Amino acid sequence: MAEQTSTTNAWPANSAPLDLIPPGRKRLGWALMAAATFGLLAMILLQILYKTEVDTIGFETWRPVVYAYVLWGVAIGIGQVLTRGEDGQRALFLLPALLFTIAMVIFPTLFGFYIALTDWNLSSFSGRKFNGLDNFWQMLADPYYRNALFNMVLYVLAVLVEYVIAFGLALLLNAQIRARKFFRVVFLMPLMLSPVAVSWMIGKSLMEYRFGPAATLARHLGWQNPAFFSDPITARISVMILDAWTFIPFMMIMLLAGLQAMSREVLEAARVDGANAWQTFWQVTFPLMLPVSVTAVVLRIIFKLKLADIIITVTSGGPGGATDSVSSFIYREYRDRSNVGYGTMLAMAYLVIIVVFVTWLLKIANRFVRNVN
Amino acid sequence: MSVQTTDYTVSEIRSPASFITSRVFIYGALVFWAFICLFPIYWTITTSFKSAVDVTQGHLIPFVDFQPDWKGWRSLGLSPDSIFQTSTVRDEFLKRFMNSVITSVGASSLAIVIGSLAAYGLTRYRYKFAWFKNEDISFFFLSQLILPPVVLALPFLVLYREVGLLDTRVGLILLYTLMVLPIVIWIMRDQFNSIPVELEEAALVDGLSIWGAFFRIVMPIALPGMVAAFILAMVLCWNEYFFAALLTSTDAKTIPVMVASQTGSQGINWWSMAALATAAIAPLAVIGIALERYLIMGMTAGAVK
Repeated sequence: MAEQTSTTNAWPANSAPLDLIPPGRKRLGWALMAAATFGLLAMILLQILYKTEVDTIGFETWRPVVYAYVLWGVAIGIGQVLTRGEDGQRALFLLPALLFTIAMVIFPTLFGFYIALTDWNLSSFSGRKFNGLDNFWQMLADPYYRNALFNMVLYVLAVLVEYVIAFGLALLLNAQIRARKFFRVVFLMPLMLSPVAVSWMIGKSLMEYRFGPAATLARHLGWQNPAFFSDPITARISVMILDAWTFIPFMMIMLLAGLQAMSREVLEAARVDGANAWQTFWQVTFPLMLPVSVTAVVLRIIFKLKLADIIITVTSGGPGGATDSVSSFIYREYRDRSNVGYGTMLAMAYLVIIVVFVTWLLKIANRFVRNVN
Repeated sequence: MSVQTTDYTVSEIRSPASFITSRVFIYGALVFWAFICLFPIYWTITTSFKSAVDVTQGHLIPFVDFQPDWKGWRSLGLSPDSIFQTSTVRDEFLKRFMNSVITSVGASSLAIVIGSLAAYGLTRYRYKFAWFKNEDISFFFLSQLILPPVVLALPFLVLYREVGLLDTRVGLILLYTLMVLPIVIWIMRDQFNSIPVELEEAALVDGLSIWGAFFRIVMPIALPGMVAAFILAMVLCWNEYFFAALLTSTDAKTIPVMVASQTGSQGINWWSMAALATAAIAPLAVIGIALERYLIMGMTAGAVK
């Protein structure tokens, strides 16, 4: 440990309390931060003036402003250390992630709310114009959007079925079996595979009406007309199955971890008391697993709300928009009609719905776990 | 092994018949689900060796049902007889493949660096930015997880066009970093919480600075967690389709976008499609088998107390 105490490693501020930072250094720090902020603001102002054709000096794209923001972040970091010493060094841990996330989320989201209030079609020449709440009224009257929202409810409910299957698989893997590692790796496999490649090879080939093995199997089982994607209800179920196939391992692994963390003594005690396997499961295992279950289901629902790529590649929302999730619907709104303004309004409305729903879900989940335990 | 066997027979003393039934049921269910997981992969790989007739007639077993052929791989320029010839499809494929590698490794690395730092800060120090305390900041980071990609996609499309980042790998890397950052912070917070604070206190007493203690003492201990977070982030980035489909067109297209755009005018060439899909899933399948331990560690972080 001796070499680590050498003075070269020790930051000067390390031994000096806050009030011992020389005033000159503090002033330097403040000056640096002020200069950086001024530089960034000047840069933005200059660029706005250039883009609105008030002046002629400026840059072709906004990229220099991004560089300016990065430099500003660095300057703020240095300034923190200079003015606040050790506290500044601590703030330095958090600053990069914070500045990054703020730049990447807050600004685009605010910008998104603005776009949502415009009539803006990228393929038309008229450019964007402000149209207030028109998009909003259009959204309320849009039967396809309502249908997509309704589908999201169905898709989210499908999580419960996935949960039951995942729990069953976790119990299987937790039983006294041979080759457990092999089965665990195999069961985990679907999660690793690209959903797009999977939807092509399963959705479009394996479930193909004429030659797909799944269709052949269905014919053998007595389903005369195994068209997985032609009527709305079957198509929805097929999409759910495809999505479940990829994501069941995710819940399974979390539940398995929960099962393995459970103490053997409790189970033994239940058995000594004469409970059979069924009673042991419902009265011991399941209640003890509730917190893990809730975490797994909530996380899974959050992922489910983003469902898009399977639908985009396999059904493109068809037949007649029946399988659309909100994300895939908006994706096509942009891809097919370049309708940025309206699409963004739909996305923002979805965001609000999701935030309200997830907040409610977390509250319910908390109360649920507390009541049972 | 024999010890284990006696162990459960003792605890399940009922009747041999019911014991055997439960064994049959358990292994039956395990094999059945293993089949469900593996058959699509098997189908993908075998289809890449089929010709058109074999695909449309639904032949399943190589050498018995059909004669395997390098057709699919030849169309990608990756079969043994075509690998040394020039092939535009292969160049295209390799370019997409490199794009995928660069974006997913780049984004995961960036997320690990800034995410670990933030997670460390949040577990060790008390912050106060205006009225935001540690819990609020943590919640701010983790709440990004519920943000659906579709909300950011269109604003980013417009912003990236203004900034000149549309169809660039850097643009994708930034977005993917944002996408996996909450997960990385979640995992790393769990990791750092499990490391006793006394270690760093001792290091500080020995004269290390805050950052010195982090790099020399904490990071080596937290390395497995970082690997776990990195791999999980890799998987998510590699498979990402939505942003890539919207924000890239020619230069920065990734593998999933290439897979999704494989419809020709004469229908689908299943063999080349299957070869492409195999190539797209192979890297992650290998990672999944080799580093399964870390993946599970990443996924279960914070789930079990």
